[in-house]
Amino acid sequence: MITVESVDKHYEDFHALRGVDLEIASGSLTALLGPSGSGKSTLLRVIAGLEVPSSGRVILDGEDVTNLAPQQRGIGFVFQHYAAFEHMSVRDNVAFGLKIRRRPKAEVKEKVDELLRVVGLDGYQQRYPSQLSGGQRQRMALARALAIEPAVLLLDEPFGALDAKVRAELRTWLRRLHDEVHVTTVLVTHDQEEALDVADTIAVMDAGQIAQAGRPRDLYDAPASEFVMSFLGPVARLGGGLVRPHDLDLSLEHREGATEAQVQRVVHLGFEVRVELLPADAPAGAEPVVAQITRAEAETLELQAGDIVWVRAPLGQVPGVVAA
Amino acid sequence: MATVASSERGAPVRRRAGVHRRARAGGTGALPMGVVTVWLSVIVLLPLAALTAKSLGDGTGSFWHAVSSRAAVDALAFTLVVSLIAAAINAVTGTLVAWVLVRDDFRGKGVVNALIDLPFALPTIVAGLTLIALYGQDSPVGIDVTYTRTAVLLALLFVTLPFVVRSVQPVLIELDREMEEASTSLGATPGQTFRRIVLPNLRPAILSGAALSFARAVGEFGSVVLISGNVPFRTEVSSVYIFKLQESSDSPVAAAAVSVVLLAVSLTVLVGIRVLERRGGDRGHA
Amino acid sequence: MREQSRTTRLGLRVLALGYLALLLGIPVGLVLYRTFEHGAGAVWSSVTTPAAIHAFQLTLEIAAIAVPLNTVLGVLTALVLVRGRVRGKPVLEAIVDLPFAISPVVVGLSLVLVYGRTGWLGPWLTDHGIQIIFSLPGMVIATVFVSLPFVAREVTPVLREIGDEQEQAAATLGASSWQAFWRITLPAIRWGVAYGVVLTVARCIGEFGAVSVVSGKVAGESETLTLLVEKRFGNFDLAGAYAASALLALIALATLLLMTRLNPRKEGRP
Repeated sequence: MITVESVDKHYEDFHALRGVDLEIASGSLTALLGPSGSGKSTLLRVIAGLEVPSSGRVILDGEDVTNLAPQQRGIGFVFQHYAAFEHMSVRDNVAFGLKIRRRPKAEVKEKVDELLRVVGLDGYQQRYPSQLSGGQRQRMALARALAIEPAVLLLDEPFGALDAKVRAELRTWLRRLHDEVHVTTVLVTHDQEEALDVADTIAVMDAGQIAQAGRPRDLYDAPASEFVMSFLGPVARLGGGLVRPHDLDLSLEHREGATEAQVQRVVHLGFEVRVELLPADAPAGAEPVVAQITRAEAETLELQAGDIVWVRAPLGQVPGVVAA
Repeated sequence: MATVASSERGAPVRRRAGVHRRARAGGTGALPMGVVTVWLSVIVLLPLAALTAKSLGDGTGSFWHAVSSRAAVDALAFTLVVSLIAAAINAVTGTLVAWVLVRDDFRGKGVVNALIDLPFALPTIVAGLTLIALYGQDSPVGIDVTYTRTAVLLALLFVTLPFVVRSVQPVLIELDREMEEASTSLGATPGQTFRRIVLPNLRPAILSGAALSFARAVGEFGSVVLISGNVPFRTEVSSVYIFKLQESSDSPVAAAAVSVVLLAVSLTVLVGIRVLERRGGDRGHA
Repeated sequence: MREQSRTTRLGLRVLALGYLALLLGIPVGLVLYRTFEHGAGAVWSSVTTPAAIHAFQLTLEIAAIAVPLNTVLGVLTALVLVRGRVRGKPVLEAIVDLPFAISPVVVGLSLVLVYGRTGWLGPWLTDHGIQIIFSLPGMVIATVFVSLPFVAREVTPVLREIGDEQEQAAATLGASSWQAFWRITLPAIRWGVAYGVVLTVARCIGEFGAVSVVSGKVAGESETLTLLVEKRFGNFDLAGAYAASALLALIALATLLLMTRLNPRKEGRP
């Protein structure tokens, strides 16, 4: 269990963390999600001991580690740009932490080979980081972090430097790895899809604070603020409130609580259809509201640019958040 | 899927952690800073402080007297002019050599490229002797420039040869060839392309290399001392003038004063180069 | 058009190579030729006179003290400049560069004004029977001064380039800062250090102006190789000057070879 207690972090001209409180359950995979500059990486580095908080405490499994150096915390840290030791072979990279701890040679070799099997790099022992692809380097870095059997595994945008396809593969793989190893894992990301896909808990950060923390579904369905709602997925603004585009209900006749709008454009994206609407009461030059409907609905409505439709959030469901 | 975060996903975030976050791990603390400060103070600053103090030791009047004597002024003027000429020649020849080394291909290019650094590796006194071998009294080609101002220029060109070449070369290697191809496709002659496309891109590197060679030339001693003959009012450069002054006097106020002036010139150039590089760097990131 | 650009290229090549030949190649070649034109035996006896041997030893001795000092402190300076969390780094950086901008003669004079008989520390040193100027310590200090920036200058960009993530990774894996330095940082910057050391060695062995001021130039006592060259030239012993020069030139060529091998800006090294 990781507990962060009213942690503040000031830099010379920047207030990176503002009174952050967070509890991360043992064995969970938690994502710190937020835009760049929101403080998520700083928080991760404070947990790791790579940054010293200006005030507040960090508690790992009941022990106050705020003033402990990273070396003494028993954590594994994975960096966005791998931080591979370029002058060492893959084997020596993974063995590094064990050699520092002066483990017997046979044990080191066995452990390294086992981990390289786990991360799918068996047979790459003698290679150097420069001979690996980005994805392979990151898996090596993961093996290196796991070798010291950390109590906590911290990942700082681990897939941020990889291309989209490898990124998707690796996060599925990380999820499976976590199910096997069960080490408490914290992952920093700015990609909400990645967070929703991989984490069992998400803490959304905004301007140095935790905006909301909870299970992915709860955050998606019951966001605590406009910021959380818009950060977790696409939103449309209708009558002053925010709604998910796929929650919008279109009809050709006027209905209770619906707003009149003109169809600007209909875009067919395979299984879904995106309808850009301009509400009748929208000010000139306003951005169109985007509704997302199924193909079947679109065929029933036979929408074309210029048509007038009535749009509303579904009955019984208040738009997620009302604008302040 | 449209997301709020999509706009920043492609943003370059490389090295972010290293730039504006200072980590506990990997940083250096107060002790190394203290050691380095003491080291630099004792080795570099203390002597320069003594120099400055000595130059003003007998009051500003004697400082002024020392640096405004005809010999001092003549030596300094000659030093500055000949250094400037050397820097200007270097700007042209250095760019030419860099161009040939990057864009041309011929046998032995690797050797030539390595030899460019020879003036950095060769002791300056040997450099002077080397030039005397070809351009001295025993010259096999019958050219004797010893004890002339040309000899000083020649010596300075020798020792400062690498500066412009080595500052232009990497820029030229990195220069996007497509710019030149675009220029050619728009009808520019090779000469026009060079003047309008290549040269503006090389200018900061040429300037910085030329400034470095100027700074080096202003203080040069070893290569000049043998070939120039050190004729007062003619071929005597400031460093030689200072050398003679300090050798012939027990309280070298005058030598210190002229040194301070020479030091000020070099410092100005050094600061100028830094400003130039910083500006070039900023533009590069824009 | 093709033909024309070919001509231009050839013209430029001839110009550039011609310039290099006249300024660099032919003079250096001629010195080597002049040195050996009367046979290797003459050269050998000229570089094995007691004064020459002593000058060679003294030159190496000075380098043997100055190079390690400047290497250790150069690396430390680079670490402070790149990784330090202190104010005043731009000032520090400027001070490190200073020796490049100062005439060696001015360096020598400044040292005389600190350690000389009438210098700041002169009376105290005299009272304690320590002689610095006109003896080995002064020559070492002068050499340290002029060769001070090389290692720091070469290591600084390499340290910047590798960043500090590897060091942080080492810390999270349990390495102390000392272990991280020896196992991670130093191996990563080793080529930069080596290159800086080569430049430092070259400068130490070749230093003339600053050493000339502080040495006293007593043959067999405080005369380095470069000073020997000057003295022999002054005594109209041209063959002897050439022989000593050839020795220095050979050291320079060896340096050059190492430089091309080690240049950290070159790509594709392991």
